[in-house]
Amino acid sequence: MRAFDKTPLAIVVATTLLLVGFFVFPAWLSLMVVTIIAKALVVVGVVVLMRSGLVSFGQGLYYCIGGYAVSLGEQVLQITDIFVLLALAMAAGLVAGSILGLLMSRYREIFFAMFSLALSMILYGILSRTQSLGSTDGLNIVQPTLFGIKLATQQAKLLIYFTTCVLAALVTYAVHRYIRSPLGYASMAVRDNEIRVEYLGLAPKKVFYSNYVIASVVAALGGAITALNYGHVQPDMAYWSQSGEFIFIALMGGTSHVAAAFLGSAVFETIRTYALELAPDAWRVILGGVLIAIICFLPKGLWSLTQFGKRSGSSDWDRVVDEKDST
Amino acid sequence: MRFWDKISFITALNIVALGMLASPPAVAADPIKLGLVAFYSGPVSGPVGMPSRKGADLIIEAINIGTLPAPYAGKGIGGRMIEPIYVDEAVEPVNEFRNLVQRQGADAVIGYSSSGSCVGVAPIAEELKVLTLFYYCGSTRTFEEGPKEYVFRTMNSQDVENIAAARYILSIKPNLKTLSGMNQNYGWGQESWRDFTKSVQKLKPGVTIATEQFPKIFAGQYGAEITALTRANADVIHSSFWGGDLDAFILQAAPRNLFQKQTAVLTTGGTAIDTLTKQIPEGTVIGVRGNGGALAPASAFHDWFRAAYQKKYGEQPSFPAYYMAQSVLALKAAGDKAAEQTKAVPSMDAIRKALSGLEFAAPSGIVSMSRHKGHQAVTDIAYGTFKLVDGKPTLINVKRYQPECVVPPEGVKSLDWIEAGFPGAKCD
Amino acid sequence: MSFLLSILIDGLIYASWLFIVSAGLTLIYGVMRVLNMAHGSFYAIGAYTAASLVGWYFNHDELPAFGSFAVMALGAIAVGFVAGLVTERGVLRFLRGRDEVVMVLVTFGLLLVYEDLIKFIWGVQSYYASQPYSLLGSTDIGEINFVNYDLAMIGVAGVVAAVLWWSLNRTRQGKLLRAVINDRENAVALGINVNRLFMATFAIGAGLGALAGGLSAPAIAVNPGLGVEVIVLAFAVVVTGGLGSVEGALIGAVLIGLARAAAVNLWPEAELFVIYGVMACVLAFRPRGLFVLDSARKI
Repeated sequence: MRAFDKTPLAIVVATTLLLVGFFVFPAWLSLMVVTIIAKALVVVGVVVLMRSGLVSFGQGLYYCIGGYAVSLGEQVLQITDIFVLLALAMAAGLVAGSILGLLMSRYREIFFAMFSLALSMILYGILSRTQSLGSTDGLNIVQPTLFGIKLATQQAKLLIYFTTCVLAALVTYAVHRYIRSPLGYASMAVRDNEIRVEYLGLAPKKVFYSNYVIASVVAALGGAITALNYGHVQPDMAYWSQSGEFIFIALMGGTSHVAAAFLGSAVFETIRTYALELAPDAWRVILGGVLIAIICFLPKGLWSLTQFGKRSGSSDWDRVVDEKDST
Repeated sequence: MRFWDKISFITALNIVALGMLASPPAVAADPIKLGLVAFYSGPVSGPVGMPSRKGADLIIEAINIGTLPAPYAGKGIGGRMIEPIYVDEAVEPVNEFRNLVQRQGADAVIGYSSSGSCVGVAPIAEELKVLTLFYYCGSTRTFEEGPKEYVFRTMNSQDVENIAAARYILSIKPNLKTLSGMNQNYGWGQESWRDFTKSVQKLKPGVTIATEQFPKIFAGQYGAEITALTRANADVIHSSFWGGDLDAFILQAAPRNLFQKQTAVLTTGGTAIDTLTKQIPEGTVIGVRGNGGALAPASAFHDWFRAAYQKKYGEQPSFPAYYMAQSVLALKAAGDKAAEQTKAVPSMDAIRKALSGLEFAAPSGIVSMSRHKGHQAVTDIAYGTFKLVDGKPTLINVKRYQPECVVPPEGVKSLDWIEAGFPGAKCD
Repeated sequence: MSFLLSILIDGLIYASWLFIVSAGLTLIYGVMRVLNMAHGSFYAIGAYTAASLVGWYFNHDELPAFGSFAVMALGAIAVGFVAGLVTERGVLRFLRGRDEVVMVLVTFGLLLVYEDLIKFIWGVQSYYASQPYSLLGSTDIGEINFVNYDLAMIGVAGVVAAVLWWSLNRTRQGKLLRAVINDRENAVALGINVNRLFMATFAIGAGLGALAGGLSAPAIAVNPGLGVEVIVLAFAVVVTGGLGSVEGALIGAVLIGLARAAAVNLWPEAELFVIYGVMACVLAFRPRGLFVLDSARKI
């Protein structure tokens, strides 16, 4: 029997602390929090996919779609309401994800990774070639409104911050529940052995498909928040190195719990920005070194540090992608 | 390279410290924390980032000791010393701009080579109300998308280079009939080609386009493109390639005699004439994005800059060095002007107001902040033709275009101006 | 006719470059199941080494100019070999048996580290090694002039392919490697010293990557960030051809090389995504690439 699930409580506490934090944090920190959460949302999708054994090297595709949906929603459809924009971005992610998912759910392992990379690079190529969409210089995004009310800069910041935190909490809870649903457990099973799962009467394709769509929607949401936060979108959002960064964060955090994505993202962003500030000539060494060190010494990611002393093995909490399969 | 950077940084710091000790307290005003953002790593760092940084370093040091030649005088910017903070543009520049200002406390920022960075940074600079000088990015969008209060650009925008290139090529090849293009597939390359072709076609109707090649930026292998350009056999090949891509293009095109049969217009070719002297054929048209580097007009200030650069780094400055130096000088000129007007140590706001519409001296000549409500610089822009004179790379047949001839008048968008046939342009 | 011929030649030149770049990558993947992103770093190291050596060589007028080819190629291979050896012994050895994707990330970390190390050693200024490029002259084929150095690359790629084929199929060590590629568990059970084979494979693969960099150095300016640009192209080639298969890399390189040359000559706008387009098309019909390695069916 499973013990009392502490996750919802933890989410509520963490969200409340973050919301209060806005009034305490210096401005740059609030913005960094939004950046961290936006990226973490994409990583949540990466983690969902990883739990079924799929690693997407092209999550930037949906990140970019989300960002451009916001920008085009503003410029073409004249929408400025933050909630409509975010909904539009998620809808765009949903549509693209459900179409491409039909194709992508046929692929496994490194081929899934490379095919997803190819798709996102094609989007990058198309956007870079389209001058009406700002080419590689990208598009700017004006401040969002709330129910038709124009906001002062500081109010808009507050709105984006609060919306981000609350949405992240909802997504985290929803994905947490999903992971613990029968379909979520089936992900672990197909990762271990797809054929056996098929023999048991489950449809692995359905599992992959639903994971893929979920990952697309949250990635689009992350992209939309990034767009609102930076006020700018660029085709670089779909470039392979951006997608690589998401996997980097996912492995740093670990895949055993949804919240690990947020931990990973926070640590990554902090290291990156301070490495850039303190060692402008050697930030790559630092970032690369930390990544290798984490993989060597914390194979289950940073999240395993929070699990210190807990019983391991019997629950799914400690399962990670790099455990060896049994044949 | 890095050794020198460190040395210069330490020297700069020492000088700041010494200056503070030596000066009476009234003069030792708050230093200006100046963010200097450019590509210090990656493919852009060698051809653009590092020379820019060296040029800026040289000027900052001279400002802090007070050794700048006339018309500049005095230590610091209106008495305020410069404390440089270097930030690599290679990572999320839009995001890091906030950190630079809000966390590291930069009072002003000079930087950005990529137009994408500039387009993204401009609204944030406005929001944070921090004086920001774009030193190198070319896109016209920055100011055409709306007036700016805190953002300035201290060199010409990309359209000017290509309008001038069009005028230059038509002046040396009046019978021009066909054009080919070889530009990197990103904002800069696409806009350069668009403005160049539209300008040529306005100035000489009936010119047709033979082929337009758009390889990926940093692709490095251009064999197939060179074949396509050879076959298209146009009169002129326009390329806004820069840095390593430009070098690779020249290296691969030269043995295939591409530029012997077709005249190349290299809008940023100035970086290559010293390094690829043997490969660039005579007759190639070379630009430097303005009037720095090899095309800088002779002046006492220019001689001082070249000599000081040579002494400090053991090499001649390539043109990106001029443009970041130009940005630092803009700050100095504005600060001194503000100090003179108010008889006090200038605030950042006073410097910003003084900069708007200012005319100031740079190693490559006079820079006039006279477009987009005093926020966009105009300078002369020069083109020349490559020739080996006694084995030395030389630019002959140099033409300097005055701003009235190639820069859109105040309040007119550049593409509109080109398409309307340059109304009001005054050329000699 | 000459139009198609020139597309074919352009395509083959590009394909040869792609093949030399990706041969080492696919070899390492086949044997070790490591999709090595640091391969881009070996490419860059090779290019820098070659550029430095050529610069040094041509400062000595007494040396015959043609010797520069040997100095350049052997120097690049040697330095790449050593870098590969150090990487394998220093890092990868401790991560054997980890998931493939984890290894991609580890090598991505290595790529970042190497990027800065290269900057520490060579700085950020451009290096040129252009002398060998024009040494062989050029040839007119149809109406188009081609550089003989580029045409020679086709030959070099052929030699690399032949040597790889011969050593994999006709030598004892190669047969051992193929045993590991085809069925690792049984190979280990039969007593093959995997440790030594892995070390050798990684070093040879790295040497090949460096050779590719060294051979391209004369036609480019050697700048920071070189490796990063190359690695994704190499990925596209090996995935299209089928990961781990040398024949696959050859076919993949030819396919992508021809597609790119055709796009540049016929439809230049498509250049930016034609490579990924080919890869996506191949994967759409053959989900594991053209040449599939046998893998045991897990039941």
